[in-house]
Amino acid sequence: MIRDLHEKLINQEITSEKLTEEYFAKIEKKDPEIGAYLSLNKEFALDKARAADKKIKNGEEVDLLAGIPCAIKDNICIEGLPATAGSKILGNFVSPYDASVISKLKENNSVFLGKTNLDEFAMGSSTENSAYQVTKNPHDTTRVPGGSSGGSAAAVAADECVWALGSDTGGSIRQPASFCGVVGLKPTYGLVSRYGLIAMASSFDQIGPIAKTVEDAAIILTRVAGCDRKDVTTMLAGGRSAFGGKSAGTIYEDRLTGDVDSIKIGVPKEYFAEGGLDKSVKSLVEKAIKKYEKLGAEIVGISLPSGEYALATYYIIMPSEVSSNLARFDGIRYGQSIEKEIEIDENMILRDIYFKSRAKYLGKEVKRRIMLGTYALSAGYYDQYYLKAQKVRALIKKEFEQIFKKVDLILGPTAPTPAFKIGEKTENPLEMYLSDIYTVTANIAGVPAISIPCGNVKIEGKELPVGLQLAGKWFREKELLSTAYAFEKS
Amino acid sequence: MLSKKEVQKIASLARIEITNEEAEKYSKELSDILGFVEKLNEADTENVEPIAHITGAKNITREDKIIEHSENTKKGIIDNFPEKKDRFDKVKAVF
Repeated sequence: MIRDLHEKLINQEITSEKLTEEYFAKIEKKDPEIGAYLSLNKEFALDKARAADKKIKNGEEVDLLAGIPCAIKDNICIEGLPATAGSKILGNFVSPYDASVISKLKENNSVFLGKTNLDEFAMGSSTENSAYQVTKNPHDTTRVPGGSSGGSAAAVAADECVWALGSDTGGSIRQPASFCGVVGLKPTYGLVSRYGLIAMASSFDQIGPIAKTVEDAAIILTRVAGCDRKDVTTMLAGGRSAFGGKSAGTIYEDRLTGDVDSIKIGVPKEYFAEGGLDKSVKSLVEKAIKKYEKLGAEIVGISLPSGEYALATYYIIMPSEVSSNLARFDGIRYGQSIEKEIEIDENMILRDIYFKSRAKYLGKEVKRRIMLGTYALSAGYYDQYYLKAQKVRALIKKEFEQIFKKVDLILGPTAPTPAFKIGEKTENPLEMYLSDIYTVTANIAGVPAISIPCGNVKIEGKELPVGLQLAGKWFREKELLSTAYAFEKS
Repeated sequence: MLSKKEVQKIASLARIEITNEEAEKYSKELSDILGFVEKLNEADTENVEPIAHITGAKNITREDKIIEHSENTKKGIIDNFPEKKDRFDKVKAVF
C-alpha cells in the first residue's frame, strides 16, 4: 500500500496535496459514523503535503513515508496540536513539543491528518472509556473497534488514513488490530522511544504501527525505531545499552522473503485449553497453524505454565505505575483545573485543587486504576502485591528465555473473541480485562508481537475479522515480520 | 473485602475526592480485582529475584547539561498553566 502510493507520488501521477484532500473527503464522509478522530488538522496536514510535493517536484529523493497521510493516537504529542489522551483533564492541553517518533516522521515528510480516539489514558480494551466519544467498528458499527488504540485501528480499517500510530501497554495495538482486521505491531520494549507518549505504565508502554499490510508495518517501524537520548530505556537492536551508540538503522522492510523453512513456531497448549476462547476464533487459528506447516515451518507444541499468572501480574504492576505516572495531573501545571471555576475561597489551599481537579476531570476507570495502584504500593501491602508481581514477572521472563531456546516464535490468538458489542462489557471491569489475556504476556516479557488478520467469522450477517498473534524474540522484529508476511502473502 | 473507610483512605492518598456512593462502588470493584489477583499467591517465587524492568538496564545517567528548548516550546509550556502571573505558574497556598 505505502510502496504503491510512494511510486505514484514520485512518478507524479498524484500529488500529496491531492491525496491528502482525498483522505479528508473520506473522513468527512465516513467519520461521523465511525468516530475514529478526536481532532483534525487540515491546514497543518496540507502544509506538510505541499512541502513533500515541492521536494518531489524538485527531483529530490524522498522517503517512502513522504507525503503519505497518517493518523496519530491522541496520547502522542505533536507540537502545537491538542493531545487529550482521551481525557477531560487534558481537554485544553496543547502540546508544546513533539514526541521523538513525531520528530522522526517530520524529517521524513509524513502528513498527519489528525489525532485518533482512545480509551482515557489508554486504559481500556474497547475505546468506550474515551471521555469524548465511542468509536465504532467499521465492520459492524454496533460493535467496538477494540482498544485502547481503537481510533487508530478503525481509521486504518475504514481507509480514513493510510496508516496510524498506536501505543500498546497490554495489547492496545494488537487487540484493536484484531477486531478491525488490520495489522498491528508492538515492538520490543525499548526499540521505539516513548518520549512524548503520555505515560500509562512506563515499563510496558511501546509505540507501534497499525497498518494495512505487514510490509507497511515494517516500513513504519524502520522510521520510528531507534535509540533516543530522551528515553533511556531505548536500546540498540541486540539489547545493548542505549547511550554512546547511534540508532541501529535496521531496515525492517528488507528481506521480507515469505520464506519460513527454517522457522520453528511454538504453539502453547494453554492458549487453546482455556474455556474463554471462542470456537470460531480457535478454528481460524488452527487453520493458520496448518497453513504455516504447509509453508514449511516447523510447528512445536510448547507450554507456558506461568502464563496463567500474566493477567494478574499485569493488573498489579500496571496500576502501580499508573498511580505514579498520573500523579502529574493535578490541576497545577497544565490541563483542566478546578482553580478556574470555583470562587476564590480564603480557606482553600493547594491540596484542595488536587482533590477537586482530579475528582472532576479524571474518568471512572482511570480513578479505579490509580486507587488500585495506590493500594498495591501502600505500606503494608507492597510485599504482598507489588513485590510479588515483580517476582512473577521475572518468572515469566525466564520462561520466555527458555522457550526461545527451542522455538523462534510463539503463535496464538490475539484476542479470545471477535469484536464484542458496544456496552457489552462496560459494567464489569474484570470481564473487560480478560480481553487482554493473550496479549499482556508480550508486554510483561518485553518481546515484540504482531497481530495479523487470519480470517472472518460471520455473526448476525456481518463479517467480523479475527487476528492471529505471533510473538518473537527480543529485538528480532525482522524474523517476526517476515513470518507474518509469509502468512499474509499465501 | 475493602471497606468504604479503606477506600476513602486510598482515595485520599491518591489525591482524589470521592463521594460516599463512589466509595461504596469502588469498594466492591476494587475487592473484585484484588480477589482476581490473589491468584499470584499460587505462583512459587521462592528464590526469585524481582525485576522492575525487562531491559536489565541499570542507572543510565544523562550528561548534566542544560538543553535549551525553542521559544515556541517555552511559550507553549507557559500557555498551558491554568493560572499565571507573567511567566510564573500561579498556585494556591500550600498550607
